[in-house]
Amino acid sequence: MKLMSGNDAVARGAWEAGVAFAAGYPGTPSTEVLERLATYDEVDAHWSTNEKVAFEEAMGAALGGVRSMVTMKHVGLNVAADPFMVFPYAGTNAGFVVLVADDPGMYSSQNEQDSRYFAKVAKVPLLEPADAAEAKSLTAAAFELSERFRTPVMLRTTTRLAHTSSPVEPGMRTEAERTPFSRKVSQYAIPVYARFRRVELEEKLGRLRQFAEEFPGNVIDAGSPTVGVVTHGIPYQYVKEVRPDASVFKLGMLYPLPERRLREFCARFDTVFVVEESEGFIEQELASFGITNVAGKARFTNVGELSADLVAHGLNGTPVTPDFSKEIAVLPRPPVLCAGCPHRGVFNTLRKLGVLVTGDIGCYTLGCLPPYEAIHTTFCMGASISNATGFHRAGEHQVVAVIGDSTFLHSGLAGLMSAVYNQVPTTVVLVDNGTTGMTGHQEHPGTGHTLKGRPAPAVNYEAVIRAIGVEHIAVVDPWDLAATERAIRAGLDHAGPAVIIARRHCRLLPVEKVEARVPYRVALEDCVLCEECMASGCPALVWREDGPHIHAWECAGCSLCAQLCPTEAIVAAEVA
Amino acid sequence: MPVTNVLIAGVGGQGAVLASELLALAAMAAGRDVKQGEFHGVAQRGGAVFSHVRFGDRVHSPMAPRGQVDYLVALEQLEALRYAHFVRPGGTVIVNDHRVEPIRVGDQRPYPDDAPGFLRGKGFDVVVLNATQRALELGDHRAANVVLLGALSASLDIPAEAWDRTLMERIPERHLALNRRAFAAGRDAAAVRATL
Repeated sequence: MKLMSGNDAVARGAWEAGVAFAAGYPGTPSTEVLERLATYDEVDAHWSTNEKVAFEEAMGAALGGVRSMVTMKHVGLNVAADPFMVFPYAGTNAGFVVLVADDPGMYSSQNEQDSRYFAKVAKVPLLEPADAAEAKSLTAAAFELSERFRTPVMLRTTTRLAHTSSPVEPGMRTEAERTPFSRKVSQYAIPVYARFRRVELEEKLGRLRQFAEEFPGNVIDAGSPTVGVVTHGIPYQYVKEVRPDASVFKLGMLYPLPERRLREFCARFDTVFVVEESEGFIEQELASFGITNVAGKARFTNVGELSADLVAHGLNGTPVTPDFSKEIAVLPRPPVLCAGCPHRGVFNTLRKLGVLVTGDIGCYTLGCLPPYEAIHTTFCMGASISNATGFHRAGEHQVVAVIGDSTFLHSGLAGLMSAVYNQVPTTVVLVDNGTTGMTGHQEHPGTGHTLKGRPAPAVNYEAVIRAIGVEHIAVVDPWDLAATERAIRAGLDHAGPAVIIARRHCRLLPVEKVEARVPYRVALEDCVLCEECMASGCPALVWREDGPHIHAWECAGCSLCAQLCPTEAIVAAEVA
Repeated sequence: MPVTNVLIAGVGGQGAVLASELLALAAMAAGRDVKQGEFHGVAQRGGAVFSHVRFGDRVHSPMAPRGQVDYLVALEQLEALRYAHFVRPGGTVIVNDHRVEPIRVGDQRPYPDDAPGFLRGKGFDVVVLNATQRALELGDHRAANVVLLGALSASLDIPAEAWDRTLMERIPERHLALNRRAFAAGRDAAAVRATL
């Protein structure tokens, strides 16, 4: 037995099932699946520029005859929704599995989205494991199912499943037979033949409904003749925790549901509890079957993550234990930009300029918080640039879009091209820290390395941006406040679209860590206690009774606080 | 065998996740079912990190229900306060005598000055260990997590061989000797307290 997280187990299951190609875009909590897959020599795994691209690459590989997988978080599926909705019309050749990780509780996401509905809209089967061992076995089952019905299969996990480890029995890899592609236009050229395929898709769904009745991953735990529960995934574990006596119908296949078996099960009880995280997906399906003796979302919230406590409250009426941490000053530990973070100089400047700032998805989303309070809006990947263009159209002209390098390549370029084409003077600050920072330093097309660690061509941002027609491009070091301010001002003053590339590596990358720098210190005798330095928001800088102090072990030597100091009281520490 | 519930809490970078992984591996080596789940927010640095480890004949929920944690191990005092409401009445809190000041965003309340006293007042069995200091004396302050794990191990029904094997398999060779000493130091400290 091995201790594996849900993510590790999905990767292991895919490897054992003979997956040959996998693609994805990083997104918590899905990221580690592809990182783990990349450690297997037999698997060709790579990061793609975005989830739509990743989906289409893996889809192409599956059409080409090898078992393939694509990984993403829930919002990634929104990006990949276009191929996700149309591929089922054709059906796959070799096995094709779409791993989608939802984030109930939004530990690291901008929204709480129940991706189970996507499977229903696309009419693809959906499997969901309840622990790491099942994550492995259901991943293998997903490939079998995909090939048996020639359909993409969606495998859904959640943060709790992805990040919980439990014992898994590892197995050996079985190489999958390659199934060569053969030209069949009536199947694969969808727009021309969609009307025929539409009918076939419905017939296939009918066969999947039959299959759901016999799918071994739908399990009934026999128990009390009076307490019946229908549940799935991680909520199943909460139910077993707090009502070990209950009769439990655990669904491993969430779409389509086994209507006949559910009808039989529910008929045995006066009221059946439907315990599911996020929306009332199962409850609504049951209602569509005419099964209405259920207690579901009325008892189990659709907001946030469930827990054993919340399930006990809903099932048994047990009060939730009070949290006495409110009785004493349990100070929060808010997320902050690291000491030496290159984004800090950009937000200091933007705040000073007092412009409207449209933000994007990454560590730099924190630019909306004190002490910067620079960002006004943040929604989704790539929205900063296109939102800024919209603000211009509404008459707001002092607008700056802030976007990271990975996000720019993911979905920022299209927005910039639109601004150029439509001659809107959108100003963009591309904060290029040379990595996908927030998800834990994944490589991307601009970093010069692949997921497997091999050297790769790195995107030349200046050349790309110039080629699409941006005439004003400046590169600046965000550790230099005066230069950053000059560059952003010049960009705003320019009559057309302007891009300022604020370039410096993420402080946590090895390339930066090895570069020794002299830390700074405060000469308190020169300090006038004006607190200007605190506007840097640097975690290495702390205010004590006698004034500001710098933690030498944390200081990155960026000198930002020294640049903010009006009396030159912050100086480079002498080298011992 | 009933399920034993442990919660390990600290600040990002202190090794709460590694400590919980070691505990989960040792419980598995002792033949138990186990679940270990970590929780962290968006912070790359300096955020609160905690991890539930549950082991026994059969473990279901990834995290222990509130009020059912048998042992809370805190690598830092504030984090002991943050998660103490998970501990069962009369349960044990093993806390490192160490403070990591949080980054302030507006909140200027002082760091609580008597966390152990507050927790004792709630009826918990509170063990205060100078784990960071001990680890530093052994060669590296970062081994505080393993000192605390050693102290916890004195209360758990996991045989010494299972701990030995886990440390050997999980800790890289170059850090093994230090971590073994740290584990033993924690275990000894707990043993001394037990005889008082």
